[in-house]
Amino acid sequence: MTRRQRNHWLDLALHGAGLGATLLGLGVLAALLFDIFSDGFGRISWDFLTSFPSRRAENAGIYAALLGTLWVITLTAMLAVPVGIGAAIYLEEYGGRGRWSRIVEINIANLAGVPSVIYGLLGLGLFVRTLALGRSVIAGAATLALLALPVVILSSREALRAVSPALREASYALGATKWQTIWHQVLPVALPGILTGMILALSRTMGETAPLITIGALTYVPFAPDGIWSPFTVLPIQVFNWVSRPQEAFLANAAAGIIVLLALLLVMNGFAAWLRDRYQH
Amino acid sequence: MSKTDRHIVRAAQRVHRSVQCASVSAALLVAVACGGGAGEGDATRTAVITVDGSSTVFPIAEAVAEEFQLVDPAARVTVGVSGTGGGFKKFCAGETDISNGSRPIKAVEIDACAAAGIEFIELPVAHDGISVVVHPDNDWVSTLTPDDLERMWNPAAQGTVVSWSQVRPDWPDSELHLFGPGVDSGTFDYFTQAIVGQEGASRGDFTSSEDDNVLVQGVATDPLALGFFGYAYYEANRDRLKLLSVDDGDETNGAGAVAPSPESVRDGTYQPLSRPIFIYVNPDALERPEVSGFVNFFLSDGASLVREVGYVPLSDAEYALVQRRVDDRVIGTMFGSGDKTASLTVLLEGGR
Repeated sequence: MTRRQRNHWLDLALHGAGLGATLLGLGVLAALLFDIFSDGFGRISWDFLTSFPSRRAENAGIYAALLGTLWVITLTAMLAVPVGIGAAIYLEEYGGRGRWSRIVEINIANLAGVPSVIYGLLGLGLFVRTLALGRSVIAGAATLALLALPVVILSSREALRAVSPALREASYALGATKWQTIWHQVLPVALPGILTGMILALSRTMGETAPLITIGALTYVPFAPDGIWSPFTVLPIQVFNWVSRPQEAFLANAAAGIIVLLALLLVMNGFAAWLRDRYQH
Repeated sequence: MSKTDRHIVRAAQRVHRSVQCASVSAALLVAVACGGGAGEGDATRTAVITVDGSSTVFPIAEAVAEEFQLVDPAARVTVGVSGTGGGFKKFCAGETDISNGSRPIKAVEIDACAAAGIEFIELPVAHDGISVVVHPDNDWVSTLTPDDLERMWNPAAQGTVVSWSQVRPDWPDSELHLFGPGVDSGTFDYFTQAIVGQEGASRGDFTSSEDDNVLVQGVATDPLALGFFGYAYYEANRDRLKLLSVDDGDETNGAGAVAPSPESVRDGTYQPLSRPIFIYVNPDALERPEVSGFVNFFLSDGASLVREVGYVPLSDAEYALVQRRVDDRVIGTMFGSGDKTASLTVLLEGGR
């Protein structure tokens, strides 16, 4: 076998391995989706989306949980995004490269890996009890914002770092101050990356159950949140509750709830992709 | 400036306008959200009846809350699932009006409440029969005694009692696979109290899950399994499980082995694994009309809802005794130092 032939086969083998790995992931996903859709698709209806929870599986719906999720995730974004981007700008543009900034950087990376239930305990102690926010939408959103922050900061830093130094230098050369350079030149170019990281962080946060159960989010809420002080529940908690019920009909509800959650995630990720495309060119 | 750089700058300016636009709309959203919240927040807070605690009691509380909403549309009942112990933590911190319990309140929890100046009224609302089940193909066991269960589950059995024949010599010499609820659940506490004689005392090497459907699934797919969980989970899966009868050797409460059923749980012949389940009400909260309305509705209209979600209601006479505890504002537990598995009627009458 010549060297050229060997390389050819090696190339084919790698190609096959890559394809296999991709198909494996897709196959598992397809099996899961098929299972969920065959169990739950029949339950999805306008009534299911607009009804409150009920002891009768066929009357039960996810309105309170769906609205709760939208409220919480919107507030989470409002809290996590400004703080996260602000921290990233400070660390990347002003923080320097000294020992202090390395310590901060390592700590933030570590925080991104802390189990979410720990954030729940922090949220319970800090927001629910000490700051007396109660078991409200705002307490839940603040807890989830803590959870999302490390990811938002890390991805925003990456995006800022990827901005060409030539752009900064050109801006300085024209007499712009540091702040003018960041606001008018660097941020707009880094925006697609920042937005992508932000939406991925929020998508992950939307599926969280443990921290919200820890801070005392509820399971049966017969009304949609009507303010940031309102009690609330979210989709993953509603699904979790239905899964643990003995009657089979609730399992179909759980599957239908998962489909709605998946659809919501798909919309958010699609929005991220659209933003990226829109601002990249 | 090169052509590409000019291009970048123009793109940047375009994006910049969008950023400004986006930040303005974000600021507006914040204002709207906060404005809406501040206005209505306090009003809704006071009308909310907060219930939390045991996942076993949750389906009952949910059903009663749902029906109560139709009677009193102004009241808003929320129900959480923190577990019996977690529920009492919140209750004793004054955060909830009503706490669901699948076992009586413990001495340490009473102390915690007392330290915070929180009193409670203890109200039994239903019975649950803890069902002991095996795989349908299991043909060697259909009845067992509390002693058999004790041999399987006591802490010393860990690692040593590993086959069916070690429990009874005439059972096969095959592996014994045990399934039970997680150690935080009231079901686990009650089972260990009734079988081993000490709350929480159990071997640790069994498959445990907080989700009873996992236990159902485990026993239904393993011919060598034995597990226990609330009656409602057996009821919903009766064709996939084999229910065992328990013979407590006491002829006065039903001769021979008795299987859990609505009748045997209610009349107390299914012993020692039938238990009352409770709601604990904060007497200060009970002064609020919506809370007392909810509690009275729970006791007067709860029986059919209890049955509907798979539990066993109290007798009418017992509900009347429980209602009297509410009317008389009887503070404290009826399970002081006495027998924790005594008949509910006896306890209710003794408690007055």
